[in-house]
Amino acid sequence: MPFGLGIAKGMMVTLRNLARKPVTVQYPEQRVTQNPRFRGEDFVWYEERCTGCASCAKYCPQGIIKIVTSPSGEQTQEGEKYKLETFDIEIARCMFCGLCVEACPYDALHMGTGFERAMPRKSDLVITVDELRASAKRPSTWFRPQLQDRGYDPASGEEVSWQDAGREATVAPTYDDMLKRWVEKR
Amino acid sequence: MALPSESITINLGPQHPSTHGVFRIRVTLDGEVIQDIEPIFGYLHRGTEKLAEERTYTQIVTLTDRLDYTSSMINNQAYVMATEKLAGLEVPERAQYLRVLTAELQRVASHLMGIGFFLQDLGAMGTPLMYCFRERERILDLFEMICGARVTVSYMRPGGVTQEPPPEFWPALKELLSEFPHYIDELERLILENEIVVARTKGVGLLPRELAIDSSISGPNLRASGVAWDLRKADPYDVYGRMDFDIPVGSNGDSYDRFLVRVMEIHQSLRIVEQCVQQIPDGPIRSEVPYFFRPPPGDAYAHVEASKGELGFYLVSDGGIAPYRCKIRAPSFINLTALTEMLLGWKVADLMVIFGSLDVNMGEVDR
Amino acid sequence: MESSFDKNALFANLNDIFLDLLPESLSWMAYLGTGLTIILIMVNAVLMLTAFGTYMERRVLGRFQTRLGPNRVGPFGLLQPLADLLKLITKEDLRPESADKITFFLAPVLMVTSMLVVVAVVPFGKDSFLADLNIGVLYLVGIPTIATVSMFLGGWGSGNRFALLGAARAVAMLISYEVPMIVSLAGILILAGSMSLVDVVQAQQIPFILLQPIAFFVFLVSASAEMNRSPFDLMEAESELTAGFHTEFSGMRFGLLQLAEFGEVVVTSAILATLFLRGWENPFIPADWQQVLPPQLWLIGKMLFFMLIFTWIRATLPRMRIDQVMAFAWKVLFPLALINMFVTAALVVAWPDPTYTQLWIMVGVNWAVAIGCLTGYTLSRGRHRQKPTESVRLVQIPAEVN
Repeated sequence: MPFGLGIAKGMMVTLRNLARKPVTVQYPEQRVTQNPRFRGEDFVWYEERCTGCASCAKYCPQGIIKIVTSPSGEQTQEGEKYKLETFDIEIARCMFCGLCVEACPYDALHMGTGFERAMPRKSDLVITVDELRASAKRPSTWFRPQLQDRGYDPASGEEVSWQDAGREATVAPTYDDMLKRWVEKR
Repeated sequence: MALPSESITINLGPQHPSTHGVFRIRVTLDGEVIQDIEPIFGYLHRGTEKLAEERTYTQIVTLTDRLDYTSSMINNQAYVMATEKLAGLEVPERAQYLRVLTAELQRVASHLMGIGFFLQDLGAMGTPLMYCFRERERILDLFEMICGARVTVSYMRPGGVTQEPPPEFWPALKELLSEFPHYIDELERLILENEIVVARTKGVGLLPRELAIDSSISGPNLRASGVAWDLRKADPYDVYGRMDFDIPVGSNGDSYDRFLVRVMEIHQSLRIVEQCVQQIPDGPIRSEVPYFFRPPPGDAYAHVEASKGELGFYLVSDGGIAPYRCKIRAPSFINLTALTEMLLGWKVADLMVIFGSLDVNMGEVDR
Repeated sequence: MESSFDKNALFANLNDIFLDLLPESLSWMAYLGTGLTIILIMVNAVLMLTAFGTYMERRVLGRFQTRLGPNRVGPFGLLQPLADLLKLITKEDLRPESADKITFFLAPVLMVTSMLVVVAVVPFGKDSFLADLNIGVLYLVGIPTIATVSMFLGGWGSGNRFALLGAARAVAMLISYEVPMIVSLAGILILAGSMSLVDVVQAQQIPFILLQPIAFFVFLVSASAEMNRSPFDLMEAESELTAGFHTEFSGMRFGLLQLAEFGEVVVTSAILATLFLRGWENPFIPADWQQVLPPQLWLIGKMLFFMLIFTWIRATLPRMRIDQVMAFAWKVLFPLALINMFVTAALVVAWPDPTYTQLWIMVGVNWAVAIGCLTGYTLSRGRHRQKPTESVRLVQIPAEVN
């Protein structure tokens, strides 16, 4: 092998790459396609589905979800639900592991799709219950196979109503179903 | 007549362009030659082991992502294996295949990053680094497809993996597998025979076989020193026993061998991924494990061949929902034990080459 | 200077204009005014080219790395140099406590000056140059040495150990590379029979890049070492010494150092184009080809070509180590330059006044010598050398059957 051939080969590789299309994406104007499962920062929460059980708060490794509830007297299929007074997610410390979403038994909490929430102050990085109520309902399909199976893509901009977000059949569950789901499996 | 000379002490790090994080070395130099070094760790200490004592077994998975953040999948795998051993959990076969598949993809990504930064330390102006990152990005895209995150994946859980890959994952993986060898070939043409790379790395930073074994160095660094030791072969876990792959073993134990072993391992990892795609059975991906589970009192150690070496988790349970003790055997940290022997007598320019060729990750060193 | 004054039509014409403008009693100022005007034009041209050079280098380097490079400021990012300048000017000018005031101030200034002064002898056309020194080539290799001094001043004066190491490397390396660089030019001087750059350009019936391949290689390598660019950028080795001799410089001082560094690329490209690629004339092989472009544009085009080559080298090669760099200079480049000098001298002795055919024979002989040198070096190194990748082998351990 003549001396210098290795360098010459390398030079040809870089020269060939000169002609190649750049792989970078000019971010604010162009965006890479986000996968439907992307675990984003803006949580999607359906108040209608939430019973205030605080499973999410319990499973959060960081302990950043603060939930304060009071009895609401409202009866659902599976018992009385709580009224949410506080639902603070302090996303400054959130690591978007999605354990809260995995834990939610009623599919009330979903991961979001956003990633552009830079703030000058840490105290601004709290998602409050009002914000959760008002935010656009474009849930990520992470750990939500029912959304995935429907081919739902949050990037399409389509919103999902609370009736469609759940994993249960639209028919109300029977007592046996509930027993199977909440007692035998756990 | 010898002129009187003084040695100078310079401080490389914790903020330095090529210390791979916040590593600090105090180097005593005689001109350009290293006389003495003093490595200083701990700038990235986050107390992972202590934090693990107050997290439940499922929650600890998120901590393991952040150990060696270039190979989160493999960290997840090591940790969940220790948990399963401790609690006696069953893992469905499909989940085992998915674990091996993602872990091997992660190994490719991690090795690409190691090679890229190694060449950056050689002063290659970022071109090989950009190529490596371009290819690593495709793997991270796949990870985002599976588990919604690119780096901190948290994909595995005690008793399986979180989710079935989406249907579009398999064609994307096939495309990657068909294109990837070309990328690696291109990278090899760019660097492997480059005279400057060879001159800079051949015979530099020798790690003799005996020293490597005595200082319990593992992973590609050990294999480069001529020891055919790979936990995937020596103690097959998950479904590695069914995989057909070879182990690249070096003969000199110099920086070039360490670097070349990584390049060749990428090919072997891709072979394993291909076999996984062919063999993967249908079935459940997760056995029924509650979120809060209490393993019986006792202890368990599980180790995997991570991209940097042997990664082990030692868990002690007192019957509660959180481990009583979680000890992490971090390969990067232990691979640094022979650093002083390897560096003494070399030039300061070689310091970065040797350190880069060890491919350590500070997230794992300081934990 | 009178001789160059006579030959230089640009100078003479401008001088006439100034003489018309000025009253009789101030006619001595015409000479001064003409000189200063040309200097102004030249310096600005070089600085503009440098600014464009930084932009082009970053764009092209980006494309080599399959990214885009600066593209935000202005159309296609063309105003990026301006934005950089504004940023550097508005930055705080820091001087470390332990730095030596005078040397710290002098280093950037000297470096820029030494870069700019070289342009004086580069002919941009048959009649457009600042000075046609009869020792032009000597001036070319002599003046840039000031940069070495300024690097050492900057490194030593910073009071920083990284900077000191960088400066020590710089001095050791640059002085070594001066020698093969100068010896490699000897071949050209023998062929051209003059040290004036205008004469060198006019002597190139065949571009010297063909006639002197070894000299071109040696000069290219030494020049990229002189400019401390990759793979010889070890005086500011980022991955080892953070930034080498300019670790402590900030603000516009740093800007000046960078300007000098990129300016040297422009200047060296101009020199390479002049010495090896027939300067302002068209580069085509039959020299009497129709002159399609104005000479100035030819030169600038050739400069851009060489700047691209330098960027390409920078994009590909890793850095060498200090002892390898020194060994390369003394054991490879210096003997090569000597061989080239002797071969050329022998050829010129054989044909003191070569015809066109004899020149082509010279090309053949020189290339044969070049290829012979490469082969000889490969054999001397490669006889005991195996392929580097053979040191790692694959060990097969059969898969468990279960």
